[in-house]
Amino acid sequence: MITQWFFTHVDRRGGIAIALLVAIAFLVPLSNLLLPETSPLHIPTYLVSLIGKYLTYALLAVALDLVWGFCGILSLGHGAFFALGGYAMGMYLMRQIGPRGVYADPVLPDFMVFLNWKELPWFWHGFDNFWFAALMVVLVPGALAFGFGWLAFRSRVTGVYLSIITQALTYALLLAFFRNDMGFGGNNGLTDFKDILGFNIQAGTTRSMLFAATALFLALAVFVSSFIIRSKLGKVLVGVRDAESRMRFLGYRVDRYKLFVWTISAMMAGIAGALYVPQVGIINPSEFEPANSIEAVIWVAVGGRGTIIGPIIGAVLVNFGKTYFTAAFPEIWLFALGALFIIVTLFLPKGILGLYGSWKTKLADHAARKKDSAPPPVAAENVHLPEPQAAE
Amino acid sequence: MKAQDTLLYLDGVSVSFDGFRAINNLSLVLQAGEMRAIIGPNGAGKTTMMDIITGKTKPDAGDVYFNGEVDLTRHDEAEIALLGIGRKFQKPTVFESHTVEDNLVLALSGPRSAFSALFHKQSANEAERIEDILYTIRLNGKRDWLAANLSHGQKQWLEIGMLLAQDPKLLLVDEPVAGMTDAETAETAKLLREIAKTRSVLVVEHDMHFVRELDAKVTCLHEGSVLAEGSLDFVSNDQRVIEVYLGR
Repeated sequence: MITQWFFTHVDRRGGIAIALLVAIAFLVPLSNLLLPETSPLHIPTYLVSLIGKYLTYALLAVALDLVWGFCGILSLGHGAFFALGGYAMGMYLMRQIGPRGVYADPVLPDFMVFLNWKELPWFWHGFDNFWFAALMVVLVPGALAFGFGWLAFRSRVTGVYLSIITQALTYALLLAFFRNDMGFGGNNGLTDFKDILGFNIQAGTTRSMLFAATALFLALAVFVSSFIIRSKLGKVLVGVRDAESRMRFLGYRVDRYKLFVWTISAMMAGIAGALYVPQVGIINPSEFEPANSIEAVIWVAVGGRGTIIGPIIGAVLVNFGKTYFTAAFPEIWLFALGALFIIVTLFLPKGILGLYGSWKTKLADHAARKKDSAPPPVAAENVHLPEPQAAE
Repeated sequence: MKAQDTLLYLDGVSVSFDGFRAINNLSLVLQAGEMRAIIGPNGAGKTTMMDIITGKTKPDAGDVYFNGEVDLTRHDEAEIALLGIGRKFQKPTVFESHTVEDNLVLALSGPRSAFSALFHKQSANEAERIEDILYTIRLNGKRDWLAANLSHGQKQWLEIGMLLAQDPKLLLVDEPVAGMTDAETAETAKLLREIAKTRSVLVVEHDMHFVRELDAKVTCLHEGSVLAEGSLDFVSNDQRVIEVYLGR
């Protein structure tokens, strides 16, 4: 029953991805915690955290794909929602430090003592409770996205104009969070975390559990995205992407559909940020950098937009590349990234997953021709999808 | 004439774009169940008139009433579509990355809220209506095709099918036979006459041969207002129509 329900909402590829993610959510921590360090299958803790970080990026990429790949909203500011989720988690982690800070103030985080603040600002209240913070992780990015989207989509701001104001949004937040009197640690951000839910954040067990949580949330995001895309609402979104005014003349309130998927996507990005912060141990305003949001767009483009799974592949591969290049040839990383974006745009308009798709079609086509010289059937699965419109 | 007894009522409508009067004191009345062909040279305001009726463009002056009582200038595109006005564009506009069937599913009249769409399950009645329309537009063998792979004429037909699925009271059809073969054109005229038995239809078309096959009352627009109105023979014998449109 449950499997049947599951497979009406997820295609085969999504099902495989979810199964793999659930599997690594269990296997990677098991390997890290149970196997001896000498075993070739042992995954060292630093690697667990590194892959965990990649998976939070993958979650951000899936969120971005939901709005860009399926609804044509190119957000160049999704990093803002990621960072806000991260700050909400960071505030909880700061409150958990308690009197163990450098200034040993039982309530105030170190940076507030340093700034001579006497009491906790009102917006820091409640963040000592994990579940309150967890709620804020989705509510704050969700509320910002809702307000922003309500204004933008109702006024029918689309295309490149929308992309520019999303970029302005994250830049404005970057400047705001840099200021000390905002109360979020200014330049230095939030760091020096000790515990999460009472567990030492540096411990291998905690890191493994954070990894498992990330993989499971990513699996959940794949499911939610598939559910949305395979519903009639998903078809409406693709319709909006391809012919927005047609959708209006069919009687659909396009702005409300956009607002729905935009808000869901921002919440996913917020969760990604919240999982990122405890694994890297710091959140500071640089997470709002417009360049971060643009990098996320590149992950989605490389993996294949409008595919749900592609962005995960793109995010993990590009970040592996980044880790390797920035260590081995630090001066050429940005050039490599730029070249990658150009190559993908020119030669792989549908990304890695699209390449795989057309390669498979070609093989099937070839086999059909070989078998008998009859022309290949013109069934739907043999037909190429139209090229997605360039980001307009 | 009073607006109350009409399906579509335009009176003294004007709209300008950057000083250019696209529609100039236009008055036009359509009765329920009527089919009307609109002809006129390029720039006569035919498409702008459709934009005004469907809420895409707001007129500077004049009244636009639907069903005798609804002021269309106060509604936006989605609301007007839900009131029962369907529109086919000049360039066939179908959802290319959806299948033929999904195009119809999206157009099918029914709840339009995001929430109902998220949990929508197709009912037997809906499946039956889609089946009927696929048959009407002669695309039942191609239901699983992506709309992108249809021929130009088939796309036009699919779009007409989407209009039918919307179940509108009034269909606005902008140049339905542009780019069609003669056989397709004849079939399309037949299809529209069939549709006009149960709904009102407003067709904009350049192809006079096709207009004759529609066998409907004709309105000729010129420079944003009505130049002549009547049977095709009456209009095509009008000296001014010959001058500005048909050519001597």
